[in-house]
Amino acid sequence: MTSLIFNSVVRALQPLLLFFSVFLLLSGHHAPGGGFTGGMVAASAFVLYGMATDTAAARRALRVPLPVLMGVGLLLALASGLVSVVSGEPFLTSVWLKFGAGVLGEVELGTPLLFDLGVYLVVMGVTLTFVASLAEE
Amino acid sequence: MSLLLVAPIVIPLATAALGLVVRGPRAHLGLSLVGGAALLASTLALLGQVLRGGTRATQLGTWPAPFGITLVADLLAAVMLAVSSLIGLVILVYSVETIDAERRAHGYYPLLHVLLMGVCGAFLAGDLFNLYVWFEVMLIASFVLLSLGGERAQLEGSVKYVTLNLLASLMFLSAVGLLYGLAGTLNMADLAVKLREAPRPGLLLAPGMLLLGAFGIKAAAFPVFSWLPPAYHTPPIAVSALFSGLLTKVGVYALLRAFTLLFVQDVGFTHGLLAWVAGLTMLTGVLGAAAQMEFRRLLAFHIISQIGYMLMGLALLSAGGLAGAVLYVVHNILAKTNLFLVSGMAARVSGTYDLKALGGLYRSRPLLSVLFLVPAFALAGMPPLSGFFAKLTLVRAGLEQERYVLVGTAVTVSLLTLFSMTKVWSEAFWKEPPEQPAPSGRLPLSLVVPSATLALLTCLLGLFADEALAVGTRLAEELLSHQAYVAAVMGARP
Repeated sequence: MTSLIFNSVVRALQPLLLFFSVFLLLSGHHAPGGGFTGGMVAASAFVLYGMATDTAAARRALRVPLPVLMGVGLLLALASGLVSVVSGEPFLTSVWLKFGAGVLGEVELGTPLLFDLGVYLVVMGVTLTFVASLAEE
Repeated sequence: MSLLLVAPIVIPLATAALGLVVRGPRAHLGLSLVGGAALLASTLALLGQVLRGGTRATQLGTWPAPFGITLVADLLAAVMLAVSSLIGLVILVYSVETIDAERRAHGYYPLLHVLLMGVCGAFLAGDLFNLYVWFEVMLIASFVLLSLGGERAQLEGSVKYVTLNLLASLMFLSAVGLLYGLAGTLNMADLAVKLREAPRPGLLLAPGMLLLGAFGIKAAAFPVFSWLPPAYHTPPIAVSALFSGLLTKVGVYALLRAFTLLFVQDVGFTHGLLAWVAGLTMLTGVLGAAAQMEFRRLLAFHIISQIGYMLMGLALLSAGGLAGAVLYVVHNILAKTNLFLVSGMAARVSGTYDLKALGGLYRSRPLLSVLFLVPAFALAGMPPLSGFFAKLTLVRAGLEQERYVLVGTAVTVSLLTLFSMTKVWSEAFWKEPPEQPAPSGRLPLSLVVPSATLALLTCLLGLFADEALAVGTRLAEELLSHQAYVAAVMGARP
């Protein structure tokens, strides 16, 4: 697509969308959002970029090959389930880490976030694979 | 220790995920074999644990049953897991030489592991909805494995396969919905208790029959087996062998589970119907096979026929019958997979699967002939091999209940199976080759060793039939009384 308006808007939108996707990912446990939505938004940022330039450029911008994205995502989700097994709890039990972090107040980090991060990467990888294979047909 | 219970799902998933990350065919192959071996080791360890300590269960995420996701391994599940992962590893080794580079580049190995994960998940699932989910995982992975390569005949087979199987999924899901409406739970242990005290057992017939239909399609039972023959002879032989060993048996497993644990209110009707289905499945399968002259199609029809024997054991619903059915499942997985492997080697040597064009293999390949004879005789039920004892147990259990027609059918079909195997023997191995055999080198070890391993196990299962039968009887008694299963699931620590 060669539209000046579209290209300029995408240029501004892409980083915003990526930021927004991370926000969705992090807020997911207690508020609407999560790995799936975040992954979709992140994927849409790259889809828009691909529409403004071409798929090869979008692949370069992503830096990581799509199968690797999916594989790492699956492994992260799997690892989040195995954390609890180490301490003798059943698979997939949530493990939480609470600590004070200065200005941020008390921060809770847990395996659900790791799981969500895995989902984020898998959703992003799968969506982009769909779109790329359709666009390159 | 709950790790062993999740390992059969985690290991294949991790292998498949790593398969997406690593580069290079050598790394893929090594990873895949290591994953397969680790899966086998973990399921054998689980089997040992269940044999010693009885049924085990774990509640994922510490959500207590019946609300959370439960994984249960009773003896039946543990035996099925061990045999399936053995087949998985055997097929992985067999794939080394038989799968072309293009299929491998399109994720053949990760897909195989995803399929194994689906199969293992189905055996471990403690509730009906998760069983459904694992069925879908299996369906998707097997559909891609079937159609990978994209030849015309392959696509035709896989479209039939996926259409009928989606119908099965739909029936399965409707049954799940109905059951949830009736009982308010989907956890199988919880259902087992609630359905036994259900105020109106007549209502349960609807979900029961829907599940019979759904699992019947998966198992390729009598009226709904038409998806199997066209699908099984088109993909590469390693894939056909894997499917023949595992896919239909998961359907049989689900039937065994559902019609011992859940639907035993109106045994006269449900298991009477199963007896009809069993007899007709045996008969139509073997008659279909008699007409075939293509090695793989012939074997595919025999899969259907053999399913009948397993259903016969379930229809009898006695300790002997169920023990026979499970022995039969194990024996059949080993023998049938091996026959497919042998057909692949025969085709590699002679370049064809057509029995008319094959010939003279007995003279040129004596070892291959032995590898064929062991599973073929086992399948037909010749005395020293595994099939004989499985059939004997079934026949004896049938005679105890005076089911003469069913037993008569089983014995007749057994003879017809022998006839069919003899046909293969005389066509492919004995008769003079129709033309000069195509020049061919030695069979690679990666083809011979898997087949020889399975043949050895078939012999061992026959030699240690007493021990196998003892385990089978214990397993059958576990299936017949639901208390141990329920206690293990409900009592498992959240």
